[in-house]
Amino acid sequence: MQILELYVFVLAAFVGYMVISRVPPLLHTPLMAATNAISGISLVGSLIAAGAAHNRVATILGFIAVVCATSNIVGGFLITDRMLRMFKRESPAGAKQPANSQ
Amino acid sequence: MRESLIQGSYLIASVLFILGLRSLTRPDKARRGMQLAATGMLFAVAGTLLNHTIIDYRWIAGGLVIGVIIGYPMGMWVPMTAMPQRIAISLTFSALAATLVGVAEYHTDLLSGELPGRAKMAAIGFEVMLGSITVGGTLVAAGKLQEWITSKPVTYKGQNFVNGLVFLAVLGLMVFTIVDPTQEGAFFVMIGASLVFGVMLVMPIGGADMPVVVALLNSYSGLAACAMGFALGNVILIISGALDGASGFILSILMSKAMNRSFTNVLFGAFGSETTAASGKSSAGLTVRSIGVEDAAIQLAYAQLVIVIPGYGMAVAQAQHAVRELSEMIEKRGGEVKFAVHPVAGRMPGHMNVLLAEANVPYDKLYDMDEINGEFDRADVALVIGANDVVNPAARNDKASPIYGMPILNADHAKAVIVLKRGMSAGFAGIENELFYDRRTSMLFGDAKASLTGLIGEIKNV
Repeated sequence: MQILELYVFVLAAFVGYMVISRVPPLLHTPLMAATNAISGISLVGSLIAAGAAHNRVATILGFIAVVCATSNIVGGFLITDRMLRMFKRESPAGAKQPANSQ
Repeated sequence: MRESLIQGSYLIASVLFILGLRSLTRPDKARRGMQLAATGMLFAVAGTLLNHTIIDYRWIAGGLVIGVIIGYPMGMWVPMTAMPQRIAISLTFSALAATLVGVAEYHTDLLSGELPGRAKMAAIGFEVMLGSITVGGTLVAAGKLQEWITSKPVTYKGQNFVNGLVFLAVLGLMVFTIVDPTQEGAFFVMIGASLVFGVMLVMPIGGADMPVVVALLNSYSGLAACAMGFALGNVILIISGALDGASGFILSILMSKAMNRSFTNVLFGAFGSETTAASGKSSAGLTVRSIGVEDAAIQLAYAQLVIVIPGYGMAVAQAQHAVRELSEMIEKRGGEVKFAVHPVAGRMPGHMNVLLAEANVPYDKLYDMDEINGEFDRADVALVIGANDVVNPAARNDKASPIYGMPILNADHAKAVIVLKRGMSAGFAGIENELFYDRRTSMLFGDAKASLTGLIGEIKNV
């Protein structure tokens, strides 16, 4: 089982490397905000810790973790969207001077 | 059935995350793509809630509600100028979540009497170690970016040695707890030492190096989530953590390259501490040419091509809207305006692009260093606004300079250079900039925003 997880990790890291190295510097800040939002995925572990009712300590730690992770997800996706909304081309129709920047 | 629903939702989430990140290669597709990624997150959360070990939903509901209440203002109300600190704080949050889940897992295992095996204990160890290093580091980074803590490097003799010792102690304690998981004391001392190490790692790093550090901490927090995935045997955590880790890793490499410095040099070099004395050329005997708003306005008004070089100073002066207005004025008179953005301009990767986009500068006018550097030769005016080290020719021709070898924007190739600057202080790296003493350079002293407003007024009268 552990070795299978290692495969998943290595392959995901490769995919991440391939995909993200093609992100232009123009969008590096939105990229950071986006990966922040995605890092809210620790909510998955937090939910299990908060809801499994193993013991009081785990529940409370899990609860704090749920708060942290949720605020990252909500705040992260909102701010990414807010930023991406600001990136506009010169002409609203997008028809003027195509491929000018190439 | 329930298990396949959970795994199915995780699969959908992973695919949507990757598609979302891929959309960020195209500014016009990015928004749509990130909405997909957000949908993926909903799938992941919904799937997790089906997990049979979750039996009590009260704490979960409370946490989700409070998280939304904190997250909404963090997303909607934080100004774009505060983005670097905002990112640093959210890295703190995700690392803290990873650490706490690790502690909860460890504590539960100890209580149940079922000691975690070596592999699981190693995963938990990495999770809490990377998590608490990130928490310590990002808190200091956020403090520095918000200027609650001095943004100058804080150094002392033997610092790297002390940091090394603390890190060895952390590793030693981790190995110790892996061998004997009942050593609860050692486990918590390790967490404390990791926190301290995170703080000590970022304290000596100066403001201008923050882009690298923030990116690196981003990578750590991703790896912490990955380790959590290994500890819980949860694939979606491993995949998303790996994506995060890769992103932070790539960004920190790109940033170090843009400064021509190795990773280790950024982390252990404490830029700017010893450089002022070592800098090859001094400004003694050189004179700068100061220029008035009227003359600068005339130069800009008749220029065919103006290349604007924004730096952190523009953000500090909140001058981005004035910059856009000025560029529209020049364009109305028939000139062309392009923006040259250095990869490390500002306090985080891509910082300037976001600020200019917010001020409604269309993104097809924002150029990367490689795209624009050839065009300075035919530029009539290079307008430097609050940038310094990224246009310092010493990086090209002064071997003694600490920034020697760093790729720079060729502002000095333009027919004329106008520099908007508060005063003659050196840049963050503490290095004299010979561009300011060039005979083609004129200095327009004063607050960038006030100067730009003055320029706009004058160009109208030309």
